[in-house]
Amino acid sequence: MSRHTLSVLVEDTPGILARASALFSRRGFNIDSLSVSTTEYTGLSRMTIAVNCDLHPLEQVTKQLNKLVNVVKIVEMDTTASVQRELLLVKVKADASSRTHVLQTAELFRAHVVDVSPDVVVIEATGDPEKLDALVRNLEPFGIRELVKSGLVALGRGPRSITDRSLRAVDRSA
Amino acid sequence: MTEQMTGAQSLIRSLEHVGVDTVFGIPGGAILPAYDPLYDSVKVRHILMRHEQGAGHAAEGYAYATGRPGVCMATSGPGATNLVTPLADAHMDSVPMVAITGQVAAPMIGTDAFQEADICGITMPITKHNFLVKDVRDIPRTIAEAFHIASSGRPGPVLVDISKDALQNSTDFVWPERLDLPGYRPVTKPHGKQVREAARLIADAKRPVLYVGGGVLRAGASAELRVLAELTGVPVVTTLMARGVFPDSHPLYVGMPGMHGDVTAVGALQKADLIVALGARFDDRVTGRLDSFAPDAKIVHADIDPAEISKNRHADVPIVGDCREVLADLVVAVRADQEKGRQGDYEAWWHRLKQLRTTYPKGFDAPTDGSLSPQAVIQRLGQVVGPEATYVAGVGQHQMWAAQFIDYERPGSFVNSGGLGTMGFSVPAALGAKVGDPDRVVWSVDGDGCFQMTNQELATCAIEGIPIKVAVVNNGNLGMVRQWQTLYYEGRYSNTDLQTSPLDEKVRIPDFVRLAEAYGCVGLRCERPEDIDATIEKAMSINDRPVVVDFTVNHDAMVWPMVGPGVSNDNIQYARDMAPNWEHQD
Repeated sequence: MSRHTLSVLVEDTPGILARASALFSRRGFNIDSLSVSTTEYTGLSRMTIAVNCDLHPLEQVTKQLNKLVNVVKIVEMDTTASVQRELLLVKVKADASSRTHVLQTAELFRAHVVDVSPDVVVIEATGDPEKLDALVRNLEPFGIRELVKSGLVALGRGPRSITDRSLRAVDRSA
Repeated sequence: MTEQMTGAQSLIRSLEHVGVDTVFGIPGGAILPAYDPLYDSVKVRHILMRHEQGAGHAAEGYAYATGRPGVCMATSGPGATNLVTPLADAHMDSVPMVAITGQVAAPMIGTDAFQEADICGITMPITKHNFLVKDVRDIPRTIAEAFHIASSGRPGPVLVDISKDALQNSTDFVWPERLDLPGYRPVTKPHGKQVREAARLIADAKRPVLYVGGGVLRAGASAELRVLAELTGVPVVTTLMARGVFPDSHPLYVGMPGMHGDVTAVGALQKADLIVALGARFDDRVTGRLDSFAPDAKIVHADIDPAEISKNRHADVPIVGDCREVLADLVVAVRADQEKGRQGDYEAWWHRLKQLRTTYPKGFDAPTDGSLSPQAVIQRLGQVVGPEATYVAGVGQHQMWAAQFIDYERPGSFVNSGGLGTMGFSVPAALGAKVGDPDRVVWSVDGDGCFQMTNQELATCAIEGIPIKVAVVNNGNLGMVRQWQTLYYEGRYSNTDLQTSPLDEKVRIPDFVRLAEAYGCVGLRCERPEDIDATIEKAMSINDRPVVVDFTVNHDAMVWPMVGPGVSNDNIQYARDMAPNWEHQD
């Protein structure tokens, strides 16, 4: 088993999220995270799907995904050739006695406090999954009330873009 | 040029635009607006079915007969859900089909309205694609896209769900000049390097086999296949879905592989050093236990669907492309090799295969009690009726016997439900095949279990003037299940006796002859071996009405050869407890 990140360019149509995610569940493996957003082209959305699986089933799912009529392109994002980030919001107990330590920990990870109340703070951090895991581990002793992550997003390094060769496809909407 | 009309009118106009001449369906609340302009259409004939499942299978049969997408129509909710089985069937067997369903009005969607079902959600995994249309302006474009997707690339079913208000609203009819499907670009032209590599492997192989699947039928590539086979002299096996794609009478033909395949065909794949798979998908019914399938074979795998390649068995030479183009290019590459003096020598291989064929010919033991042998009935049917007819099977023992004992010489002459194994497929699919190709004799070869699932469509046949012929191979049981109970459950026949031909003197329920008559068909019965030919000839002489023949056959006949479930193809049983001796070769 190994971690893989897929960038999937899709037409922005109703049901595409269900179509894509159903393919993963049908082949019996879990999606670690999935995020969807608009792109630089009207009518095209980009999904970033993080999965933990063997190479052969991943290849099979990728081929099945490619068969979806609304899927325009799929690229696997190699960790060394791409920038991969996640956003974390975490609500941590921080009373008078612990607040300083909480803030120091946040600072070490270049995280920001985005909300404060008498007994808790909400911390925002971005980074790769390992960094965010480390931050959470360090905050755990203070007491985590709740946390949420955006799911991984990724862009390839260097000048090229995955939309380059799909331009013909999006001419109509650009 | 635009014209003002309702969505319903624009739907029918769109169907006319793509060349639809027949729609199989049943009206109901949400689809009702579409049935009004359909009433006026002189180009589109609507055939009123008795069940939506029948409409779906009829569309499949029509697609088999014509090569064009079959069209079925149903209302929302239960009408649409009744299409689920035929859609799944068409999806598994890559049958081009377009299903049009009514949906509750757009503002009602999601409110659990009367006869509402999320049919797009339900059919997502069993359609090639589906559409929900809520805007009247989208109807022509969606219909154009649906037919393009259903019939191109790897064919399959497409569902178009249209809300009632979209059918009722007014629109300017605009036919799209071009389709805009950026994510849908099937690759049909194979890669030249891969094709040359395949040709090289064919020339180098000692024991090659052409493993031909339904994709060759869908690609219309029979002629090209024959050229390649004759050019190379490589033995040909055709799967259940490809029966008839290569003539059974051809000297290079070695049979059907699979769970109930010929010993020679199974052995050919198993002992091969090269398998050239053409439009086939290494289905478990063909490979048996995958990890012991054809252990010494290199694989060339050509398919129009990249997801099939290396799905079950790793392909050494993957070729993505339309089988017709792949075969045409392969012929060119093989010829070029042969001109350079590179040609395979398969003499020893053929010697071995011919020995297998002589030792383990196709055959069956007729019952000794004077009862009718189901295999004999089916074999005689094929011989008396001949290869120009179309044979449409259901699922089970009779299906396997129809695949084994009828000789197919013509692509598309055998129609059946392969991947999904849908009981009840035969009668409505035969109906659709007859509508698609009315001048051809169409025989439904059905079992008594299958027949009882969809025989209400006999009413449709009788009323609409669709004179199909049905051979009910009636052993009074769910025969294939009973066979497994005999083999794997110590003969404990739990819930397989259907009482349609009881051994004691009890009444037949139902009596298929009287049932046929009640449906306005001719009903015949045959119970003795000496009456088989006369009964078939009688049925052949009636062409103004559908005919149903109740062939009351022996209950205990079993389908052989057989590769047991989860067993290696090496351990195929030629008959019960009788495995072929592979090594009994010189």
